[in-house]
Amino acid sequence: MNMSPLFRSLLLLLVLFAAWEALVRLADIPAYILPGAVEVLRAWHEHSALLLVNARVTLLEIILGLVLAILFGGMTALLLALFATARLWLLPVLVASQALPVFALAPILILWLGYGMASKVAMAALIIFFPVTASFYDGLRRTPRAWAEMAQLMTGREGVGRRQRFASAWRVLLRIRVPAALPAAASGLRIAAATAPIGAIVGEWVGASEGLGYLMLRANARLQIDLMFAALLTLVVMAVLLYVGMDRLLRRLVSWSAKGERDEY
Amino acid sequence: MPPSAVSPPSVTLRNASIRFAGASLFEGLSLRLAAGRITALLGESGCGKSSLLRLLAGLPPPDRKTVWEGEARLEGEENAVRSTAGGIALMEQSNPLLPWLSARANITIGARLRGETPDVGRADALLDALGLKHKADALPGALSGGMRQRVSLARALYEPAAVVLMDEPFAALDALTRWRLQRVAVGLLAGRTCLLVTHDPLEALCMGDAILLMKGAPARLESIAVPPLAPPRDLQNRETQQCHAALLARLAS
Repeated sequence: MNMSPLFRSLLLLLVLFAAWEALVRLADIPAYILPGAVEVLRAWHEHSALLLVNARVTLLEIILGLVLAILFGGMTALLLALFATARLWLLPVLVASQALPVFALAPILILWLGYGMASKVAMAALIIFFPVTASFYDGLRRTPRAWAEMAQLMTGREGVGRRQRFASAWRVLLRIRVPAALPAAASGLRIAAATAPIGAIVGEWVGASEGLGYLMLRANARLQIDLMFAALLTLVVMAVLLYVGMDRLLRRLVSWSAKGERDEY
Repeated sequence: MPPSAVSPPSVTLRNASIRFAGASLFEGLSLRLAAGRITALLGESGCGKSSLLRLLAGLPPPDRKTVWEGEARLEGEENAVRSTAGGIALMEQSNPLLPWLSARANITIGARLRGETPDVGRADALLDALGLKHKADALPGALSGGMRQRVSLARALYEPAAVVLMDEPFAALDALTRWRLQRVAVGLLAGRTCLLVTHDPLEALCMGDAILLMKGAPARLESIAVPPLAPPRDLQNRETQQCHAALLARLAS
């Protein structure tokens, strides 16, 4: 059957909601364990203003976290690609830092950056920094040899000074190695878009006064289970939209790599 | 439009050897490309032509199995000797066009890598001469194999290098386009020292000021007599046809 993707997603959503509602009714699950879909949707409608205010906070945390991680991760990857010294000293630190459970840092971040938004942004940025850096650096390292040699022939002149050599390495990085690394970086950015919400929510759970994670904990404490699920549903919708948006953007950015040209080399 | 005002250098390679996986492709090979002329290098596939081209360009061996010795020298009129690293444009068979850049931007990439302002007019003139004016803004993914090869040729010709090394530059083209572009390329290469690697005897006869034949294992170079006319040569010409017959006989022997 030939369906538009949007129609297919809506149909899938409808089926899932129906199955959820049916399960709750047929198994007679009490509402304080798992409220039915209809009840959650009703809670969603009822508390929409409250959900919107808190969703906005969480979304801002996620997006700021993404921006920070892309900025710092991108710079780190460029540094690693350009300077052997950076590779020698920075790379082991980066790899070792991955042995640290980032969630364990949440209380410390709250201690340092306070209950406000900064600690959540830092949390989100921290957990996606590594995938962003690693994927981009990996792409930069694997510049197809034919392109690197072409650049070498085009720029390689004898008797040029250190500064000119660096300037030309920088131009090759910008014009060839960075674009060539984009398909690899894109997979890191997709992972980042999918995991950034986790960072923000964990940050909110540890200590916050607003945001969807905070709202879930509060609703749970007050036995507003329907509101808790409505907040969860909001989070899911947000995360999916974020991922789809990121995916669309990346596809447009590296549309050239899907045309088979890349496989030739 | 000529790339450099100074007269082009000649290229000399002395006593070079290439081994692939332990077997010798050639030993003690010496080669001289006359200044400002097109030298056509004919030979069967796998005889080490592409490796020789990389060696001349000053690039490292293509893989770990290939080992070589020797370094090419450029000799200018003032007899200034320098290594060939730099000042050389290479068009390899793999045509590595940058897939995110338009045909025009691919041609001028060298200027941008050197921090110069790209000469768009010259790039467009090259595209026009190679029959690709209408594809200037197309990405490589939207071009056919033959078109990509022509863009790659234009890129090599755009470079200000006085030495141009080309590996089968017309292999992906249909016969008619190839015939036309061989003539165009001779004009565009005027004033540059060029090595044209090909396996097509007619192409060598049409374009080459001199023809070298690479034969045997380990291979040796043999100079072939060319018709007295200057390239691009008319292949209907009687002298050219006689040379063609002689060349085929040498290839088959």
